[in-house]
Amino acid sequence: MPRAVTRAGQILALPVALVALWWWASDGSTSIYYPPLRRIVDIFPDTWLAGGTDARLLTDVVPSLVRLAVGYGLAAGVGIGAGLLIGSYRALRELTEPVLEVFRAIPPPATVPLLVVLAGIDNLMKILVILFGCVWPVLLNTVEGVRAVDPVQADVCRSYGVTGTARIRHLVLRSASPQIMTGMRQSLSVGIILMVISELVAASDGIGFTVVQFQRTFAIPEMWTGIIVLGLLGTGLSLLFQLAENRLLGWYHGLRRAHRHE
Amino acid sequence: MSAPAAVPGAAVPRTGGGRTGPPAAVPRSVVLGLTGLAGFAAVQEVAPRLLHLPADVLPPLSSILAALATEVRTAAFWSAVEATLLQWALGLGLAVVAGVGAGVVIGSNRVLRRMTASTIEFLRPIPSVALIPLAVLQFGTELRSALLLIVYASFWQVLVQTLYGVADVDPIAEQTARSYGLGRWARVRYVLWPTAQPYVATGVRLAASVALILAITAELIIGSPGLGQEINSAQSGGATALAYGLIMVTGIFGLVINVGVRAVERRMLRWHVSVRGETV
Repeated sequence: MPRAVTRAGQILALPVALVALWWWASDGSTSIYYPPLRRIVDIFPDTWLAGGTDARLLTDVVPSLVRLAVGYGLAAGVGIGAGLLIGSYRALRELTEPVLEVFRAIPPPATVPLLVVLAGIDNLMKILVILFGCVWPVLLNTVEGVRAVDPVQADVCRSYGVTGTARIRHLVLRSASPQIMTGMRQSLSVGIILMVISELVAASDGIGFTVVQFQRTFAIPEMWTGIIVLGLLGTGLSLLFQLAENRLLGWYHGLRRAHRHE
Repeated sequence: MSAPAAVPGAAVPRTGGGRTGPPAAVPRSVVLGLTGLAGFAAVQEVAPRLLHLPADVLPPLSSILAALATEVRTAAFWSAVEATLLQWALGLGLAVVAGVGAGVVIGSNRVLRRMTASTIEFLRPIPSVALIPLAVLQFGTELRSALLLIVYASFWQVLVQTLYGVADVDPIAEQTARSYGLGRWARVRYVLWPTAQPYVATGVRLAASVALILAITAELIIGSPGLGQEINSAQSGGATALAYGLIMVTGIFGLVINVGVRAVERRMLRWHVSVRGETV
């Protein structure tokens, strides 16, 4: 198995070296802002996991993730639904495209102060912020994907009398799915950013809220654990997305590979 | 229905043969697009009046524009615009230079590519907003605070696209260049760079809009001077119409950046197949 060992070595070497470097360089650090990694790791379980049902994992991380899931899920539903509709009718597409482009161009964080006034500082505001930021990439990519349906396949469907929901499910959604997934991947990273931002502006719980509390009370090692939690969350969610995409688009990646080896 | 049906292959000139259409008509998509924008503007003007929405929820378009018209005459507005654009341009510039540089170095060395892949995959999805507390402590509301966020977020977009581009180099072209005795630098310049350029352009386009998002975020959350901060203070001062107007301004910046980057991309890549357009 020397090959597998080399491979594992290549994957692990740099991360291990970097963490080791951080550990070694920060050990004995007396700087307030950059505490020793040893200390950050020491207090990590106490900060996030201890306390049973009062653990921050349950009282802060879970609410953040629920809001992200609801906002992102709504954005995906609305984006794909509206994208199917708009992409299917050329006139509708030409009518709405400039308006949609304008909305897409608005940096989503800019709308946060307004949404605070419109929807208060509760879950509703945070979900709306995430929804507003995530919906445009999904919508516009769905429109593009629906537009690009292979005309030959569309004709075949028509000849065989495949219409209505069957047509949408087996032809339109299927052939637009690579584009839709591209949009959803962009949306996911925007959504995580907005999840944090909405909690930084006004909140009573959430990861972003907790991290800023730590920063304001100068609980610096605790703040670092929060940064690490956010990092792990971002990486974990992107990994989950990758898995889902490989499952849903396995046929597409296979097709691409086959074409390339022609 | 006596008019000749469209015969496949026979190019029937469309202009001139129409009933009343002007010879050089404006494309339908432009007409419809403008109609859509006008319709949206009309709804924005009329709906708040018809539904009697309070002015702090959704003011009519005319009062948004009026508030904005007063604002653009103030020096504060222009210095905010300048601050936002400066942060954006500096952050994006740094990220592009670092991303392309690192991408070319890592991408052209197989061992380096394999060694760094896992680290890049781990660091890239870390949301840059996680660095906000650190930036606040270290730099306060200075420009460097905003730059840290902007550069971190945009760097990965450029780096990853550059890596894709460098990996796409045609091995035969690379070997040909080697056979002809091109040195390392010449191979980067004449083989690697033209291949990677479209990918880099995509990375820059993605990074340009991400950089704007993070610039506004930094102004909003950290309080660096700029449009984000202006929106915040307009809102908390009860000037809702102005807040809407300023959001519109950020939207226009976003749009100009999208369109502008695309135009630069098309110009720089006018030799490339994807832009050139094959006329067979």
